[in-house]
Amino acid sequence: MRISLKAIVAGLMATSMIAGAANAETLRWARQSDALTLDPHSQNQGVTHTFNHHIYETLLDRDVEGTLQPRLATDWYVKEGDDTVWVFELREGVTFHGGEEFTADDVVFSIERAKSANSNMRQLHADVESATAVDDYTVEIQMAGPSPLYPNNVTNTFIMDRGWSEENDLIEVQDFAAGEENFAVRNTNGTGPYILTERDPDVRSVLTVNEDWWGEAPQVTEIIYTPIADNATRIAALLSGEVDLVQDVPVQDIDRLAGTQGIKVETGPENRTIYFGYAMDDEPLISSNITDENPFANPLVREAMDLVVDRDAIRQVVMRGQSIPTCVNMPPFVDGWTEELSACPAVDVERANELMAEAGYPDGFSVTLDTPNDRYVNDEAISQAVVGMLGQIGIDVTLASRPVAQHSPLILENQTDFYLLGWGVPTFDSAYIFNDLVHTKTDEYGTYNIGLYSNPEVDAMIEELGVMTDLEARAGVVADIWEQVQEDRVFLTIHVQELAYAMSDDLTLAVHPENQPNMTSVVIE
Amino acid sequence: MLAFILTRLGQSVLVMLAVSLISFIMFRYVGDPVASLVSQEASIADQEQLRERLGLNDPFYEQFFRFVWNAIQGNFGISYRLQTPVAELIMSRLPATIELAMTSALIALVFGIVLGVFTALNRKNPFAAGIMAFSLIGVSLPTFLIGIGLIYVFAVELQWLPSFGRGAVVDLGWWRTGFLTETGLRSIILPAITLSLFQLTLIMRLVRAEMLEVLRQDYIKFARARGLSKRAINFSHALKNTLVPVITIAGLQLGSIITGALITETVFQWPGIGSLFLSSVAVVDVPVMAAYLIFVGFVFVIINLIVDILYYVVDPRLRIGGTAKGH
Amino acid sequence: MTDITPSAPKGRIGKIIDSDVFYSYRTSPVAIIASIIATILVLGALFAPWIAPYDPFNPRTLNLMNGFTPPMSESFTGNFFLFGSDHQGRDVFSAILYGSRVSLMVGLSAIMFAMVLGVSLGLIAGYRGGLTDTVIMRIADVQLSFPSILIALLIFGVARGIIPPSQQESMAIFVLIFAIGLSDWAQFARTVRGTTMVEKQKDYVSAARILGVKPIFILIRHILPNVVGPVLVIATIGLALAIIAEATLSFLGVGVPPTQPSLGTLIRIGQQFLFSGEWWILFYPAVTLILLALSVNLLGDWLRDALNPRLR
Repeated sequence: MRISLKAIVAGLMATSMIAGAANAETLRWARQSDALTLDPHSQNQGVTHTFNHHIYETLLDRDVEGTLQPRLATDWYVKEGDDTVWVFELREGVTFHGGEEFTADDVVFSIERAKSANSNMRQLHADVESATAVDDYTVEIQMAGPSPLYPNNVTNTFIMDRGWSEENDLIEVQDFAAGEENFAVRNTNGTGPYILTERDPDVRSVLTVNEDWWGEAPQVTEIIYTPIADNATRIAALLSGEVDLVQDVPVQDIDRLAGTQGIKVETGPENRTIYFGYAMDDEPLISSNITDENPFANPLVREAMDLVVDRDAIRQVVMRGQSIPTCVNMPPFVDGWTEELSACPAVDVERANELMAEAGYPDGFSVTLDTPNDRYVNDEAISQAVVGMLGQIGIDVTLASRPVAQHSPLILENQTDFYLLGWGVPTFDSAYIFNDLVHTKTDEYGTYNIGLYSNPEVDAMIEELGVMTDLEARAGVVADIWEQVQEDRVFLTIHVQELAYAMSDDLTLAVHPENQPNMTSVVIE
Repeated sequence: MLAFILTRLGQSVLVMLAVSLISFIMFRYVGDPVASLVSQEASIADQEQLRERLGLNDPFYEQFFRFVWNAIQGNFGISYRLQTPVAELIMSRLPATIELAMTSALIALVFGIVLGVFTALNRKNPFAAGIMAFSLIGVSLPTFLIGIGLIYVFAVELQWLPSFGRGAVVDLGWWRTGFLTETGLRSIILPAITLSLFQLTLIMRLVRAEMLEVLRQDYIKFARARGLSKRAINFSHALKNTLVPVITIAGLQLGSIITGALITETVFQWPGIGSLFLSSVAVVDVPVMAAYLIFVGFVFVIINLIVDILYYVVDPRLRIGGTAKGH
Repeated sequence: MTDITPSAPKGRIGKIIDSDVFYSYRTSPVAIIASIIATILVLGALFAPWIAPYDPFNPRTLNLMNGFTPPMSESFTGNFFLFGSDHQGRDVFSAILYGSRVSLMVGLSAIMFAMVLGVSLGLIAGYRGGLTDTVIMRIADVQLSFPSILIALLIFGVARGIIPPSQQESMAIFVLIFAIGLSDWAQFARTVRGTTMVEKQKDYVSAARILGVKPIFILIRHILPNVVGPVLVIATIGLALAIIAEATLSFLGVGVPPTQPSLGTLIRIGQQFLFSGEWWILFYPAVTLILLALSVNLLGDWLRDALNPRLR
């Protein structure tokens, strides 16, 4: 026993010495889950996009402040004389990993593919009527009507090579009914800074730098990407020096990591709010002891709830300071955000209890709260804390906690009375929030209007926003809508969550507001 | 002999059909497969069309028949989560699980037999009593706590061993092994210990009990009376007779080690079929869940069949009865 | 004696076992210590509402600002927490008392369920023989080869699919009992079947049958008493396994809701704070779970030896 232990120690010392001398430009990157697929248009999901951004590129992307940046497009503008056409001028001299030249035709192909039936990126291009290549480096996109904010929608739409795709039968996105694997799920050919050299889904992927990339050569020349699902195991891997960068750091571990020699932690707000929603229609609740009416439909009840939820306590204890309490359902990055809107009322349990009595529920009522437990930072703990706070005004909440894969279908089918959800705003514009969360639920709008809030006046204003080209007048309408939303307390907003990346202290990587860090931006000392 | 094997084979096929039925029911009725497939914006008409193309509107028996037929051909469809064929996914993860299970089984057998013999021969020894008590602590600790504890001590505090994964693997074409690299060997130590503890305790206690039973038999007393050395009695007579049931049980337990690796694989991020199954459960990736279940059923049936046939060969009494009356 | 010591089986054989068992109990320090620990834990769980300084299941009494109070110290609102408080400001000591209650309730109910099912099926299989026997025992074989966690996970998954979402939380504990119970019955069935087959051949059973006594009566009056000993042993060890199974399922996140935690849920929560310095949130529930499982295991072990004197 003793001999083998010695052998292990000796072996370990040998490897750590080799590791010290090895190529320092390899970055070992761990996060909670793996990209679902490498097919660029199959899933509209953050983890998948983040990984694919290293291999494929988009026309535009965002920097860490959230401003649009040129990428494969060098310039973009509304066509003179026709406000329904967007023009993108493309970067010249870019080649795909396979050696094919990047041209306007590839952009046309990719937008058509992203618009196709099996694509999950479809809704972002719903207003696109057609895309045409005017010449090799100019693309015109014909919209259904004036769409002043369309460029916001292309930051995750990756460009594929038409020739390569046709050769490998990739015109369609993965079709589950076909029963065959699409070639693009595990094979890539992008224009991006890294080339995929090894792929073992859920286990390990290796990316090597693309020597022919058009941009400035990144310092990191090799990325070893390992998903580690268990929080404790992932943090242990960083503490023991087996990985260099951990992306999904639990808030409770930030202090310990920051205090560990050789490790530093970067934090910053994510472009996402965490909020509670409730059924607001007149139908009685599914899970309540009040069976003849909907207590949440009563504005006094919603006001009482707003008064009793202590956002500062949640920030301090549940989030360990890693959140920005807010009372408007919009992150500060979004156009239309103001300090007044985001201000929260002081906690007042007494007043809240009076309001409950006034509303006709002096003894409160019971309801079930549906929360995901693996999606947002400490989602289950936030819900649990709110259960305790609502208990103080007699609302007896049963907590139903599920993985997000079961939570999402549940709330989308309106099988919930009261739920937690996080909402990111990839377009950085209020309309994105209104369209999906505030507008009355129809085929086109209100997909995530789970509480079935409905106000015809607000609906009319939201629809108007889609075609307004005067940005100043548009800002006025946005403010009007927010005022109504706040007055009706459509959401019980908690905070903007902060993200933390922990890394070996010779690295520098800023937190990206959409949680899509790019390893080209890593600086190694 | 032939009749016996045929009966057993028939029963095995029935068991497999039952397992397939359970898998199929799960496949079909746990969650709506269409909801997991289409994007959230798909219209009702789109969904209905996909439903039709997937054959979800056909009668139950037709769907079940198709499911079994596909399963026989090794076609379990495409994973909802990873979008790759399920059979391929399972085959690529299998080596990791088998290597872990074999290592654990070896640890459990070697230490289990040695400690079992030791505690049986030294019943009054306080050290042996200590081992017995410790073995009970072993069964009283949930696997996940053992794993987390080992990671904390050996990976984080002492930094002797890796905390996750398989280390570097060598691709032999049809099998990726971690046994040929140093990091691979070091990576398997903690998970293998974690996984083996329960079986180790089981085997140790079994060996002890069997050994005590054998030591009271007349032929041992006779051997002792004849003046054979204690060592000769203990090892060439007693232990030999103890090992038959032990090997049988260990064989039967092998299947449960492979599947019991669920928790261990998750804690150590071991890329085997157990962690694949658990991550599929979280996202309701039903094709993977169903295929895993059928695979586990298959392993069970094969191991049981082999054990049954071995019994038949070893134990002549069974040949008269025709069927085995349990074991 | 204590709650844990099996109640003495009635009847003529019972008395003999009885005296033997109690003799061996008095002379086994391990059994005495184990039963004392188990008794303390069971009593603590049983009288949790009277012993616990706080009610951790009542959200109205919680103050989030009390979160992460270290053991033996005063919290934000001036409360004293013996074992500290968790991330919701819940008193860990009270949560353990209430949590053991949930764990024991689930464990005991599951094992009772498994016992009733297993003993009945075992009696039927052993007494009827033939096809009934083959079918039941083959199912038991299949069941034994699948790890109970897997079976429980599957049952849980299926239940999630069947039960409407609004009922799932209130049904969770029953699903858990059902899932663990259903994955544990085969041991009982095997043992009981074996004993039944032996007893069935004996003269007094044949005599009773000739006299026209109904099979159900023979089974209960004559055969059942013979299996009480082994069944108790399996049940005790099974109880420890059921408690651990509940903890493991809760660790995997498919157990009881976090607002009404079992020991397993408390460990799952505490595990998040392993690296952040709040060791007490994990430590105390884990120690309680281990003590509970260990003492029950030790009792089962002792019981087996006591009922099978040849091995002593």
